[in-house]
Amino acid sequence: MEHVEEEPGSGRGYLAERGWRSWAYTMDHKRIGVMYLYTTIAFFFIGGIFALLLRLELLSPQAKYFSDHTYNVFFTLHGAMMIFLFIIPAIPSGLGNFFIPMHIGARDVAFPRINLASYWVFVAGFLVVIGSLVSPMDTGWTFYTPYSAKTGAAVATLSFGIFLIGMSSILTGLNFIVTIHKLRAPGMTWHRLPLFIWGMYATSIIQVVATPVVGVTFLLLAMERLFGVAFFDPAKGGDPVLFQHFFWFYSHPVVYVMILPAMGIISEVIPVFSRKPIFGYSAIAYSSLAIAFLGFLVWGHHMFTSGMSPLANEIFSFMTFFVAVPTAVKVFNWIATLYKGSITFESPMLYALTFIFLFAVGGLTGPFLGALSTDVQLHDTYFVVAHFHYTMMGGTVMGFFAGLHYWFPKMTGKMLNEKIARIAWALIFIGFNVTFFTMFITGFEGMPRRYAEYLPKFHVENVISSVGSAILAVGIAVMFWNFLQGLRKGPPAPGNPWRALTLEWQTPSPPITENFPEIPVVTGWPYGYGNPEGPAA
Amino acid sequence: MGKVSAFGAASAQAARVDAVFLMILVIGVFFFFLTQGILIYFAVKYRRRLPERDNETPAITGSPLLEFLWILIPSLVVVVIFYYGWRVYTDQRISVAGATEVYVNARQWLYEIKYPDGRTAINEIRVPAGKPVKFILSASDVIHGFYLPDFRVKMDMIPGRVTTLWVQPDRPGRYQIYCTVYCGTGHSNMLAQLIVMPPDAYAAWVSHGEGEAGGEKEHEPLAVLGERVAKNAGCLNCHAIGGAAKIGHDWKGLFGSNVLLEGGKTVTADEEYLRESIVDPGAKVVKGFPNVMPTYKTTLSKEDIDAVVAYLKTLQ
Amino acid sequence: MAVRLRESGRAGRVSAPPSGHADPRVAFEAAKLGLWTFLATEVLLFGALFTAYTVFRLKYPALFQSEHLKLNRVLGTLNTLVLITSSLSVVLGVDAIRRGKARLLERYYGVTVLLGAVFLCVKYIEWTEEFRHGLYPGTNIFFSLYFMMTGLHGIHVILGMGVLAYVVVLSRRGRFSEGYHTPVEIAGLYWHFVDLVWIYLLPLLYLIG
Repeated sequence: MEHVEEEPGSGRGYLAERGWRSWAYTMDHKRIGVMYLYTTIAFFFIGGIFALLLRLELLSPQAKYFSDHTYNVFFTLHGAMMIFLFIIPAIPSGLGNFFIPMHIGARDVAFPRINLASYWVFVAGFLVVIGSLVSPMDTGWTFYTPYSAKTGAAVATLSFGIFLIGMSSILTGLNFIVTIHKLRAPGMTWHRLPLFIWGMYATSIIQVVATPVVGVTFLLLAMERLFGVAFFDPAKGGDPVLFQHFFWFYSHPVVYVMILPAMGIISEVIPVFSRKPIFGYSAIAYSSLAIAFLGFLVWGHHMFTSGMSPLANEIFSFMTFFVAVPTAVKVFNWIATLYKGSITFESPMLYALTFIFLFAVGGLTGPFLGALSTDVQLHDTYFVVAHFHYTMMGGTVMGFFAGLHYWFPKMTGKMLNEKIARIAWALIFIGFNVTFFTMFITGFEGMPRRYAEYLPKFHVENVISSVGSAILAVGIAVMFWNFLQGLRKGPPAPGNPWRALTLEWQTPSPPITENFPEIPVVTGWPYGYGNPEGPAA
Repeated sequence: MGKVSAFGAASAQAARVDAVFLMILVIGVFFFFLTQGILIYFAVKYRRRLPERDNETPAITGSPLLEFLWILIPSLVVVVIFYYGWRVYTDQRISVAGATEVYVNARQWLYEIKYPDGRTAINEIRVPAGKPVKFILSASDVIHGFYLPDFRVKMDMIPGRVTTLWVQPDRPGRYQIYCTVYCGTGHSNMLAQLIVMPPDAYAAWVSHGEGEAGGEKEHEPLAVLGERVAKNAGCLNCHAIGGAAKIGHDWKGLFGSNVLLEGGKTVTADEEYLRESIVDPGAKVVKGFPNVMPTYKTTLSKEDIDAVVAYLKTLQ
Repeated sequence: MAVRLRESGRAGRVSAPPSGHADPRVAFEAAKLGLWTFLATEVLLFGALFTAYTVFRLKYPALFQSEHLKLNRVLGTLNTLVLITSSLSVVLGVDAIRRGKARLLERYYGVTVLLGAVFLCVKYIEWTEEFRHGLYPGTNIFFSLYFMMTGLHGIHVILGMGVLAYVVVLSRRGRFSEGYHTPVEIAGLYWHFVDLVWIYLLPLLYLIG
């Protein structure tokens, strides 16, 4: 690589190199992370546009702007793109790539070549996904058979695209596991790891273990369409519910792939802006592993109405509730971290507190869907849509925004306009709640999801949600406009604007290609804020 | 229950689901205001006042007692929620005696209704009030859903198998049925009505064929059709109906009984078991009987099998 | 209790390697952990199919009993012998490079690649024979499983052959020695895994009791 000749510690930022080759062939984890961020954010916008089109159509109970089929395509693409092309890769592959080596004091990930390959496999995957748009999917992002085996859309093509994206996800997870195990700086013991690393570690394990199962599932689906393979075809003795088991064996744990890194970011941001050590470090660290483990045992709670035996339903319901415990522990610990702090409310902190607030709503509406009798009522209604948007968007995406604002100075070497960031935050907060809180009510009243047309009695609720979505969209637009302004003419960022203690802040902004002039030697944990001799609790 | 029925529950069972909902809501709202209240209180009280005092925050790193408590308390709370959610659910799932049966088959994008006496209808189900109703659900093409929001229940309708669902409608009225499993272009228009009639009106409807059900064709009760199918298909060559044992299991009293299988497991002879045994006799062989029955998968249609099972139900 | 970075003036002895890890020992350990993690992924990949196999075999015991007789046991057994022999030559190849004999390694790995090709040829004969008898992936559940499992395994054999051939090419260029032969071991381990999957497939598909 080009940088070998360079004098280590010469202080040249990782962005100094110019030209497309310096990006396309780069093995620098930071540049790969940045490429992932640009790609996933692009899909966040595309998926968001689909969401707005859905909300536009839902302004009216009858089909008005789009046909029912077009609406079905839109919600499929909204779901599939947001899940597979944005929310799964955004934090792990984007921010994770950039900050895992910097957090643990390494020069790069364990296998830089595989890291680059993983990005290009991801690109190949999304190109195939885009190719499938010649006959766009209308199955919903869950691809339930037998519908997905019968519909005229390019299901096999899309399945292959997602198979490739899954491969990329596995390679990234594998790389991170090995990196965290083998490349920690001297003195960086497991209990000195930043909590973001713990979250990423648990996430990587899920990626490596769960993704192959969905890979096979999509392979079988494609084979059913191409060669009539009988696994899920009831006419040949196959079982369509088996598809659901396979699908959720991956797709439930993967919600923790989405949320655990976001929780990691929150665990980083809160101590920095409260000037307090994180409360209950071990509990937060191990609860990530506990969530990852329990997450594998609860997939059946997506299938309580699929005719599974009551006993199976009861076991899945029981296990489901225990995922709530380690999650609750994290929330309590974050709140306790604020106690007797010296709290400031810059934009990363605002998003972190918003995460706790919205995620609490998402988390506390979970028991309605984990308890059998209420799930049978609410399953497949807008209540579920509201619930997972509160956890996924109110949780993961707010965590992602917190991370973007927190690390923007480090990644770009520029500071953001704090005032505009706060305006954007306020719009997002209001728009989000108006849009999605209303959906709890719509769902409780019985409106099923994935309805292009609906009964007039749900009209008011849908109009409110649509208005909220417009506010939300404006907020997000303002936020990204602020990012662009910051990139173009933001004032230069100091090395450590937030006075944080993790290793990435001990380097210049933006960091040099080698991350550190010399490999640091770690002598303490990264949360030593406050005064050790200060007044006790 | 006065408060609960404010949600508009259409049956006692639905009111119990609402009670669980309300319980979780109260717990949820309590914990929400507790945690977020503390969050906001801390955020306001401990906002930075003097930058230079940043380094004087206490270095609290945890509290084993507090952390133990907030592992223990949520664990207990979720067990309680699980318990009530589960109890109400089991009562929903056990089968009830003396239920009015209605066969519902879903296809893109409508519900085909069939009553045991052979009447048929589309997208409209009529049942008497005050009596349990059992829906026997199937699908012809893809998975569909059967959702009765007023009764707080739903069940998927899956091609190649039979699922069941029961409700006890207390009050006459029209209730909306929705398809809840995405099934293609017409998904959002796949709607039906459950019409709960006062018992006497229902009786009149049954005897006079009022409404759309019935049609011009003389209809044959399902069990009668089933008897004919069973005779034609040669079932009765091997299956006795009371009296001397034959090669196969006696049909008398079979439906609803517990059957001991080869290998020691027991199953209840319900709709799904009987359907499976007709289509795939080798799957669950009854202990003490040879595995010699041929499959009727290709010889009998889904309607024929429904009819045979309906006939079996009459042989008590 | 804060993270303290050593000032660059009195920095530790750790110099600045250009990439993640220049230390060959760390590189070897990282590669090994990486491969084991990858094998975990592979186990889950086949695990999904084995789960489907279990589900359907419990559901349709009679079908499995009657259909498996249509498979060619002789060719199945022959292929097992071919693969076991190929694993043996991998072991001998790894042993050779540990003793520094690169030429011998190339010969043994070459034999393995050839045996992999023999395996695929036999598989090809089997499949065409089955197609001639009207047995296709869509025929029934048993043949769906059979073609998916052997097909996915076949793809792994092809990948394994590619990896081993690449190792032979690298060895020709003199990349490996007693001291450094990580890719040789990694590739060998992967081939053993591919072999092991077949050892499970044989009884499950050909030899149902």
